[in-house]
Amino acid sequence: MKLSDIIESIDGILLNDAADTNTEYTSAYSADLLSDVLALTKGHTLLITGTVSLQVIRVAEILGITAIIFIRGKMPPPEVIEAAKAKLSIPLIFTRKTMFETSGLLYSKGIRPCENVPADEV
Amino acid sequence: MKEEDCLLKFEIQGGEFLDSGESSAVIKEYLKKIGIPHPFIRRVLIATYEAEMNVVAHAEKGTLCFTIEGETVVVRVHDKGPGIPDIELAMQKGYSTATQEVRQMGFGAGMGLPNMKQNSDTLVINTEVGTGTEVIMEFTL
Repeated sequence: MKLSDIIESIDGILLNDAADTNTEYTSAYSADLLSDVLALTKGHTLLITGTVSLQVIRVAEILGITAIIFIRGKMPPPEVIEAAKAKLSIPLIFTRKTMFETSGLLYSKGIRPCENVPADEV
Repeated sequence: MKEEDCLLKFEIQGGEFLDSGESSAVIKEYLKKIGIPHPFIRRVLIATYEAEMNVVAHAEKGTLCFTIEGETVVVRVHDKGPGIPDIELAMQKGYSTATQEVRQMGFGAGMGLPNMKQNSDTLVINTEVGTGTEVIMEFTL
């Protein structure tokens, strides 16, 4: 799914101009807890999260996350947007929709779960 | 391991959430530069980051020492802090003593120690309640 279509389908706003809006995305992971993101995601993925702290950018850097969608109208502070610009060149997207709705809308358009490690297998 | 044996050494301040995680970024660059494959780097970074965040979340201060011994990456984190009264309990997935502030940053899922164990080849925890904790992780190439 193209970034431009992702943004449109969740009534999103692109917070930076880091990425070509024609870039294709195929998988996502939804979580607020960064330890869950660190423990349970595998491979490159789009992250859907309500956590707007600077640590989101660290985790994205470690895992090779390819885009971050901030949900529920939670705007990351300017330093987070700056850090994303300085450290990674990945798109940051803002939406007022909930995590469930954001995930559901993207799933219905073909985005699939990233490879996942269930917690009882960690 | 003696301090002078560290290839890279970092000071960690308890409670300093904004600046934390820098060690992972530096270690990532180092391992990339010497040509270590990405999946291995990822394991080291996840475990190291969790160990650093544990110090930030729970301890007063600590040091992180990164070195390579032959084919093995060794990360040793030593902190001055409360120690872990019950390691078995702390190792349980979902168990956490993190504060609300820590949870708001996106941590305190109770996955830190399980995550460190999962991503390292050996994990040794030496802890003394009221004094501090030492974590030694080894990753073999």
